[in-house]
Amino acid sequence: MIQVTHLTKMYGPRVAVNDLNFEVKKGEIVGFLGPNGAGKSTTMKILTGFMPATQGQAVVDGHDVFENPIEVKRNVGFLPENPPVYPEMQVFDYLEFAARMRQVPKGSVSASVKGIIDKTGLGEVQHRLIGNLSKGFRQRVGLAQALVHNPKVLILDEPTVGLDPKQIIEIRELIKNLGNDHTVILSSHILPEVTATCQRIIIINKGAIVAEDTIERLTTRLNKGLIYNLMVKNPAAEGIAALRKIQGISNITPAGPKLIIEMTPGGQEIRDKIIETAVQKSMGVLEFSAERVSLEEIFLQLTTTENATGDQI
Amino acid sequence: MMNIFTIARRDFRSYFNSPVAYIVITGFLAIMGYMFYFGFAHYVAQNAQYQQFNMGKSISITDGVIKPLYGNMNLIFLFLVPFITMRLFAEEKKLHTIELLMTSPVTLTEIILGKFFSALGLVLVMLSFTIVYPIILFATGNPEIGPIVTSYFGIILVTACYVALGILFSAMTENQIIAGALTFATGLFFWIISWAASSAGPVWSDVLMHLSLIDHYSNFGQGIVSTTDAFYYLSFIGIGLFLTHRVLDSFRWR
Ligand SMILES: Nc1ncnc2c1ncn2[C@@H]1O[C@H](COP(=O)(O)OP(=O)(O)OP(=O)(O)O)[C@@H](O)[C@H]1O
Ligand SMILES: [Mg+2]
Repeated sequence: MIQVTHLTKMYGPRVAVNDLNFEVKKGEIVGFLGPNGAGKSTTMKILTGFMPATQGQAVVDGHDVFENPIEVKRNVGFLPENPPVYPEMQVFDYLEFAARMRQVPKGSVSASVKGIIDKTGLGEVQHRLIGNLSKGFRQRVGLAQALVHNPKVLILDEPTVGLDPKQIIEIRELIKNLGNDHTVILSSHILPEVTATCQRIIIINKGAIVAEDTIERLTTRLNKGLIYNLMVKNPAAEGIAALRKIQGISNITPAGPKLIIEMTPGGQEIRDKIIETAVQKSMGVLEFSAERVSLEEIFLQLTTTENATGDQI
Repeated sequence: MMNIFTIARRDFRSYFNSPVAYIVITGFLAIMGYMFYFGFAHYVAQNAQYQQFNMGKSISITDGVIKPLYGNMNLIFLFLVPFITMRLFAEEKKLHTIELLMTSPVTLTEIILGKFFSALGLVLVMLSFTIVYPIILFATGNPEIGPIVTSYFGIILVTACYVALGILFSAMTENQIIAGALTFATGLFFWIISWAASSAGPVWSDVLMHLSLIDHYSNFGQGIVSTTDAFYYLSFIGIGLFLTHRVLDSFRWR
């Protein structure tokens, strides 16, 4: 649905996006992740035809963004970083305007607007001036204008910024459901957001892609090996020594009643064995849990240490 | 075509959703009413005197009232149009709503024309109120209809030039005040450019006279429609809108 090849954008001498390559398939929800200034918004503005790239190509639904912008814009819904709303307009009138601009056929404008007001929960404020709405509602209006023409592709720049926790869950649910017949790219700095909604993430830093994969595979790829935490009543040296002998364990660090057990990467499933051994040595198992490397860690690893050590994954 | 209308209608309504339209219309009508009232009163007094001393001859109502009235109206639009046009693009940039316009499947030309017609629409609303003046004149005297019609025609053309200029400056900045000030300054410059003509060489004098916004109006004020004058105004508008297109397009590239 979306193909980006060698995309580069310079603001004067400053490189904002540097030789970006990626692809998004139909129906996919892809998360764009990166710290401030990574080039997320810039990439999105190029994909929506708001501004041209300095170099490279972007194709949306078979149409080149630079050669055929009108065709591309017809199929794309865009929520920019700042919701593009007119404060002096009422929500309903504004969405009607957005629908007309997005070429919704005359006869179905009203129905489309009503439908999207329902979907985004704007019913109670539809006749209020946008300028008087709270930030969260304004964000919803922004989301509604991106969806009003039921586009094939949705590009959402930080869609849940400014929403309260309940609204965040609702909007995430909405976006997830959109994935059935829409292709979605959303950007975020917030990792749980991406984990909650996206099937695949693209991590960019300083204008370049540093990682691109499904969330599960990213986690395992980056893992130096799984880590289990074993809480016991009796962390005796004898028991620990016995555990150390189990094949597939690379290291055990006792921390009071807690034993931090590191696995060798790519090892076999040996959780049974660990418990068995602990029970045999009467260590008194209290708790056994797997420690997951969170996306936060992946993110930090990729965007900070990555550059220092220079190793690519 | 539909897109131009959609944009023009939104901007036109937006004038009335903010104080802009009311302030501009009220100001315009107050000044015009003042000018008409005292212009007419002065004419009546002067004519009475004139008839006394010149035995029957009189100044025509066209020369005495209509010409100065519409000439002044032209000047007032020079002051007021910057207030109408200054927001058109500057505000869209500031509010980021330009991102909605520019990522919708419409062309830049359609956006610019939509803005142009919204401002011109407000001008036409203002002009429509002024129809009462000729109606009063017809009720009290016997003015020629020709100069009135051509004056309106000329005023529409010349204000369309101010609008084009205003849109151009509005596209250049996010700051409405700067856009308005530059519009007024440049409009004024094109008014008074002919003053330099008298002291310029013969060739330059012609060129300067030809460039002057006000100079091309005088024929319309007399009841004459000349294609040269109309052509000048239309070119002025065309160039203004074309430059706006260039400015907005290059703004995307930066
Ligand atoms: N109009 C502009 N002129 C000059 N530089 C710009 C402009 N817009 C963005 N940049 C620069 O380009 C880089 C990428 O910016 P961009 O807005 O795409 O980042 P982002 O990933 O969206 O960041 P954030 O998470 O803060 O929204 C930054 O270094 C920024 O300073
Ligand atoms: Mg951004």
